[in-house]
Amino acid sequence: MTTVVQTMSAEETYGLGFDMGRTAEPGGIYALNGDLGTGKTVFTKGFAAGLGVREPVTSPTFTILQVYESGRLPLFHFDIYRIAEAGEMDEIGYEEYFFGNGVTLVEWAGLFPELIPPEAVTVTIRKDMKKGADFREITIEGVRP
Amino acid sequence: MSDGHTDILAIETSCDETAAAVVRDGREVLSSIIYTQIAMHTVYGGVVPELASRAHIEKIDAVVLAALEEAGKTISDVDAVAVTYGPGLVGALLVGVAEAKALAWAAKKPLIGVNHIEGHISANYIEHPDLAPPYLGLVVSGGHTHLIIVRDYAEFEIIGRTVDDAAGEAFDKVARAIGLGYPGGPKIDAAAKEGDPFAISFPKAKVHHSEYDFSFSGLKSAVLNYLNHAEMTGEEVRACDVAASFQRSVVEVLKEHTVRAAKEFGMRKVALAGGVSANSALREGMRKAVLDAGCELFVPSPVLCTDNAAMIGAAAFHEYVRGVRSGLDLNAVPGLRIGER
Repeated sequence: MTTVVQTMSAEETYGLGFDMGRTAEPGGIYALNGDLGTGKTVFTKGFAAGLGVREPVTSPTFTILQVYESGRLPLFHFDIYRIAEAGEMDEIGYEEYFFGNGVTLVEWAGLFPELIPPEAVTVTIRKDMKKGADFREITIEGVRP
Repeated sequence: MSDGHTDILAIETSCDETAAAVVRDGREVLSSIIYTQIAMHTVYGGVVPELASRAHIEKIDAVVLAALEEAGKTISDVDAVAVTYGPGLVGALLVGVAEAKALAWAAKKPLIGVNHIEGHISANYIEHPDLAPPYLGLVVSGGHTHLIIVRDYAEFEIIGRTVDDAAGEAFDKVARAIGLGYPGGPKIDAAAKEGDPFAISFPKAKVHHSEYDFSFSGLKSAVLNYLNHAEMTGEEVRACDVAASFQRSVVEVLKEHTVRAAKEFGMRKVALAGGVSANSALREGMRKAVLDAGCELFVPSPVLCTDNAAMIGAAAFHEYVRGVRSGLDLNAVPGLRIGER
């Protein structure tokens, strides 16, 4: 199933993330794609807020993984931007998170599609500068709870 | 104790660097060894955690031995073993923690776990014997951007932090976008010297309702929008102008927040720390801003700004004199918070 949503502002992108976070279920995996500066962080902040996460959600580019436990379910926030080969994720023990009872959200998931299980919900954010700097087309593939 | 001194062997493996040092009384560096892995990472344009942690395992014994040897010590001469246990990459942190635990256990020495960011701030004690709390600390690095009140040697209170990307991460991503490569900080610093900092007007992101927090994601997006727009219109992009203008925007916001916080909290002293504080525009700009505000600025020399173990030894000393000891069950805590014990 594929849904395409157009947002006209960062607030709307945040709102879409919020709605998806609100309905996320244990074991859910969300693969997030989009170039630098398309709003992955904004979407993720909304998603985390929808899950009920209270602490500030910051970029995990440096740490690869940030865990947030203050929400309705644990949120495992990955960023694989700096991963050079898929095998490195084993070292981090990613399977314990992906297949645990929390909700996993992976930024730059498209860099290593082989890591992402088929049941994941894929969210792809694209800009279209012809439609304005704040316009985003967000494609959601997979079964949303 | 040797001659009434406290000598601490310190280990740091939280990200890129495998480092060990022997530090006397929290201020004097008897040795500081850093096995730089940056050459390896340049190939990939970023930090490669698994490579970093595997290299830590390969290098850690040699680095620790070199630190002891250069200090003219053996493990039995030191008073304690200190190690960074967070924040950082879990696989990388675990190598240092396991090494420190093994050494402490085998030599029957106290073990002290240290917060990496508190270590960065403590780097200032090494070259500035006159620096004593209270003061305002600004830690800016690849993974962290924190404005901290240092009330006492081991008492920290965060008053501001990034709500999205760290300052150093913005440097890395912008450097990549304009084709300067890794590491972004030094590359942008160098390119900016050739550019016009007023060529492009990038926003200084403000965070609503939290006057000391930082946001660099919007600035990064503004740079990317500028590049996209230039590409679409066929406008020529001068990388050095983008670097200089971006850098000015980062430095301005860091300066403004720091000076405002120093005034608000009545701090007469300000200390910079972390890898981004090696940036020449930040050092110069902050020095002027802090002096204008009637305060004194402390900045470590560049080799103590980037990750090293001497700073961990400096921080550990103050834990040691307070009687803080870690158990042999010490674990890596990737999300460790400042001030958490």
